[in-house]
Amino acid sequence: MMQWLNQHLQALQLVLSRMRRNTLAALMMCSVMGATLCLPGILYIIVDNLNQLAGNVQSEPQISLFLKLDIKPETIAALDKQLQDHPDIKSHRFVSKNSAWEQLQQDAGTADVAGNLEKNPLPDAYFVQPKAFDPITIERLQSEMQQWPGVVLAQVDANWVKRLYSLLQLGKKAILVLAALLGFALVAIIGNTIRLQILTQREEIEVSKLMGATDGFIRRPFLYAGALYGLGGGLAAWLLLAGVITLFNFSVADIAQQYASNFRLNLPLWQVNLAMIAGAVGLGWLGSYIAVGRSLAQFNLK
Amino acid sequence: MIKFDQVSKRYPGSDEVLRDVSFSIETGELVFVTGHSGAGKSTLLKLIAAIERPTAGTVLVGNQNVSKLRAAAVPYLRRKFGLVFQDHKLLFDRNCFDNVALPLYINGVTGSEAGKRIRAALDKVGLLGKEKTMPITLSGGEQQRLAIARAVVNRPSILLADEPTGNLDGNYAAEIMALFYAFQQVGVTVIIATHDAHDISAAQGKVLRLNHGQLSEGGRPT
Repeated sequence: MMQWLNQHLQALQLVLSRMRRNTLAALMMCSVMGATLCLPGILYIIVDNLNQLAGNVQSEPQISLFLKLDIKPETIAALDKQLQDHPDIKSHRFVSKNSAWEQLQQDAGTADVAGNLEKNPLPDAYFVQPKAFDPITIERLQSEMQQWPGVVLAQVDANWVKRLYSLLQLGKKAILVLAALLGFALVAIIGNTIRLQILTQREEIEVSKLMGATDGFIRRPFLYAGALYGLGGGLAAWLLLAGVITLFNFSVADIAQQYASNFRLNLPLWQVNLAMIAGAVGLGWLGSYIAVGRSLAQFNLK
Repeated sequence: MIKFDQVSKRYPGSDEVLRDVSFSIETGELVFVTGHSGAGKSTLLKLIAAIERPTAGTVLVGNQNVSKLRAAAVPYLRRKFGLVFQDHKLLFDRNCFDNVALPLYINGVTGSEAGKRIRAALDKVGLLGKEKTMPITLSGGEQQRLAIARAVVNRPSILLADEPTGNLDGNYAAEIMALFYAFQQVGVTVIIATHDAHDISAAQGKVLRLNHGQLSEGGRPT
């Protein structure tokens, strides 16, 4: 046990001293990994934050009931009572065609359009908030209301949230694909770097093998080197991500303010960060394992 | 200790380098393998250390059949040997101490125990004062002595030397040979491949004479 620990410590020391001698090369390697890992990282943060945002919006779905233009006040009263008594409805708000028309004329963006119209084209409307949030209940409610007398159109306003949701779902898949491709690239990059290191240490490997070194002994320092590159790369990616988010947040704050929101991009949870760094370590280890395995298999003692 | 039974070795695309070679070596013996260049001396040593496998026949080292050894078991067999090469194969990117340390690290010996053994080995070959020296600055004879220190630091039971004096002039060669005799005196089996008759005449050892891959005389019948 002590010997096992000793051998690992020794390999680690060896690798660290080699890296100290080639600080620049090691730093370059870590930055390459960091930049590569950063790409899916940024995408993840954007999609993740949009997801949270969409989650907030989706919690308040709304059904708009547009009524017949020539609707009679009795029908409206009947509808009002129906809405009042319905068990699935939390609240409802009536907007008469006149008040909607006034608002349309006052609104800066739509005043021109309204000015060109001779008479009010708007119907009376109800805005209904259901109690349940799940799409199925809301859809059932919508089709039920569509049948009510006096209702021309029952429209669920949460449709765009649903579309955003599917888009985000697509985004998540894109991240997975991108991460897989870049992960593959990282394995190749690290494998190649380790392969070059093996070439420069050919003599040492040859002598070690002649003295009875096992493949594990020869492999160990290179595996540590790969894993350490991964660790450095993961940490570099984390720093880059934090920097990018800070940079983005200046603009995001501006935009969010215009929508009267406090929305900010957040760093992912620490579990996600940890997973990213652990993933980088794993990729580094895998890359060097493949490189050393190939080199050892081709290695012949003269 | 070491036994060859009708061993033949053929490299791909060449004639047989060794043909039907049989001999045995007892523990603590001093053995010279001689012959013209290309007679198969190096190959014979490589077969003992499992660097090459025989094409036919069996090679036994301490009751282990080297010809049938699994690849994973080869490193553990090699740890029984101390190897000395004509080109000494020192690592020039580290000092004398670290060169000698390598076999110990491979065996998992580290720390103060390793330091003690490294200094003892360097002392034996007369290089104790040169621990921190880089091997490139040593003379040819000193480099070969350093290689011997590295070969014996692990206290191997068998010392294999391939033309250890090949690159050295007479004085240095005598020094090196004296070292090998000293190790044989303390019970190490020493096998030296050499084409230099001068080395042999000075010592009382068994001689295996190779001629075009065949043992011609001096080999003890098995």
